[in-house]
Amino acid sequence: MSHPSTALEPVRLRWGWLLAMLVILLAAMVAGITVGPAGISPGQVIGELVGAGLAGRPSTLTSIQQAIIWEIRLPRVALGGLVGGLLSLAGASYQGVFRNPLADPYLLGVAAGGGLGATVVIAMIPGTGSVLLPLAAFVGASAAVALTYAVGRSIGGRSAVSLILAGVAVAAFFTAVQTYILQRNADTIRQVYSWILGLLATTGWREVLVLIPYAVVCGTGLVLHRRLLDVMSVGDDEVDSLGISAVRVRTTVVVLATLATAAAVAVSGLIGFVGIVIPHTIRLLVGVSYRSLIPISVVAGAAFLILADLAARTVASPAELPIGVITAFVGAPFFMVVLRTSRRYVA
Amino acid sequence: MRGKHLLQLLLAALLVAASACGGETQDTAAQPEAEAASTSPTTRATTTTAATTTAEPPPTTAAASTTTVAPTTTRAPTTTATAAPTTTVAPTTTTEAPSFPVTVAGVEIPERPAAIVSLSPTATEMLFAVGAGDQVIAVDEFSNYPPDAPVTELSGFRPNLEAIAAYGPDLVVMSGNPEEIASGLEALGIPVLIHEAALSLDDAYRQMRQIGTATGHSAAAEELVASIQEEIAGLVERYADPDLGLTFYHEISDTFFSATSGTFIGTVYGLFGLGNIADAADPDGYGYPQLSAEYILEADPDIIFYGCAVWCGTTVESIAERPGWSELQAVRNGYLFEVDDDISSRWGPRLIEFVRLIGQTLQTLAEAG
Repeated sequence: MSHPSTALEPVRLRWGWLLAMLVILLAAMVAGITVGPAGISPGQVIGELVGAGLAGRPSTLTSIQQAIIWEIRLPRVALGGLVGGLLSLAGASYQGVFRNPLADPYLLGVAAGGGLGATVVIAMIPGTGSVLLPLAAFVGASAAVALTYAVGRSIGGRSAVSLILAGVAVAAFFTAVQTYILQRNADTIRQVYSWILGLLATTGWREVLVLIPYAVVCGTGLVLHRRLLDVMSVGDDEVDSLGISAVRVRTTVVVLATLATAAAVAVSGLIGFVGIVIPHTIRLLVGVSYRSLIPISVVAGAAFLILADLAARTVASPAELPIGVITAFVGAPFFMVVLRTSRRYVA
Repeated sequence: MRGKHLLQLLLAALLVAASACGGETQDTAAQPEAEAASTSPTTRATTTTAATTTAEPPPTTAAASTTTVAPTTTRAPTTTATAAPTTTVAPTTTTEAPSFPVTVAGVEIPERPAAIVSLSPTATEMLFAVGAGDQVIAVDEFSNYPPDAPVTELSGFRPNLEAIAAYGPDLVVMSGNPEEIASGLEALGIPVLIHEAALSLDDAYRQMRQIGTATGHSAAAEELVASIQEEIAGLVERYADPDLGLTFYHEISDTFFSATSGTFIGTVYGLFGLGNIADAADPDGYGYPQLSAEYILEADPDIIFYGCAVWCGTTVESIAERPGWSELQAVRNGYLFEVDDDISSRWGPRLIEFVRLIGQTLQTLAEAG
């Protein structure tokens, strides 16, 4: 698709902030890899990574300790980073195309649709969860957003408000169906809730590999749209005046962001609030231009989720807390602050 | 434009499909039964308002079992052929003359019940094991044992007062904490025996005896309890060896939910002196913590007992394929043992089968040295 450089005033990427966020991300990764319930000291971990991993020297750790580092912590940090980055990126993109600070793929039905897909597999096709569940969650999430789009168009043309209202209706309906299925299969409730509250607890490199193609395709596509998002934040007419269809831009961005979110949800469950909290924090810090907002949000989202996951496995160590509880615990109060400080968007 | 979006969607779907064929992934977890989640005190009773108003005969739709009221028809419990002889307690006293009314856990039962509704899978198993199966007219949707239990759509999880009353029961046995249902039944003059999830073997034995007394099979219930106690004592004496310092991980679901020594199932393992790795992970005493994978690896248990074979599809192979788990002693030595969820999440007469599994496991380990 064509990407004319816009005639609007250039707002440069704020490299200072990006670098600062990258440093925070690096620190989060180091913390995520070196800290955990197992009694391996940070020095031993660094020694293993640098000595055995990079320099190829024989490891000084037991085979179990090596497995903990290479097969549990590293993929968990990688997956946390990917999921956090994608959720944050998708949230920022949605907020841009809908010019609404509350917009987030979850709001257009991703959470309800993914939840229904997962519930159907868990409750009705026992024993197949590990294979079918990510697929069903992905399909459910994408289908819910597609339905939201169709309903939104039928009730109010192409306006952002009608879409969001349609999202509320679709989400309520999907949630009702999900609740009904749960009630009929009460013995699967804990299983479904484990997924709903988000789980990086059981992940490995496989989930990381699943997610990488989405991260590359959707990430690249959305980052390339950052300039158009700046134009869109002014109004659809301004986009149209550039000879580009605003509806088409919105559709492309929504499809990319929805796929990114659906893929993240499929491998990690429903981890809420990342897509709202992170873009807003970054907006407060670096301003409203999507040229800075999009890339910096990706990095910040990755760092945030790695830290949230670190909390999930250390706060109640050696027990796990659901990561969705941590992100919501931090995110919900923050959301109220955002609502107060960004009344100008809402009004 | 449209073509491109379609292509992206297709590509994405293919990628997911391809990757999904790989192997084990996240999942989630089946769980101790709904009823096992309740942690309140064991036996609570609801008294009926007036004994005289009780127990209509069942309505025409459910009348099949009314023919069995006579005490002389008391027959051996209908445990299945696969069950070992010890669980099949044939009441020696077929002439056992039930002296009703009886009061069980504060509930007055005016005459020998002939139309029992069970809303708890554990209670259903107990009823059949003491020989009261013929008196049971309806059991809840999850009561899948014994196979000839009259399963209905009734829900013990979200009980519906009207649906229960429609069976015209003269005794309802339920678990959980459905306060309003209990008082609703009470208002209809139907005796309700509430059996909360057992926290100890003694709780389970007490409930078995109460079921026996309430249904006119107290002698059979005593025998059942005695035989279970005797066999457990024998197995423990033979296999328990705390000096070995063996540790185990009891997996409820493949998201690593486990049960501590404070739970009913945990106390059973405790009889054999096995060390439970979940105990360190339960500061608030809830009993069912979710362990982190790296903790399980570090704890490196000698034995893994896993459940959720049906709901999660957990197998010996899927456990070995989890990231890093191939390093575990239990995996390398092949000490992975499946536990039937229906047995481990209930506290009924089949708990002896679970105890036997532990005994056999320890024998296997002892033979291997």
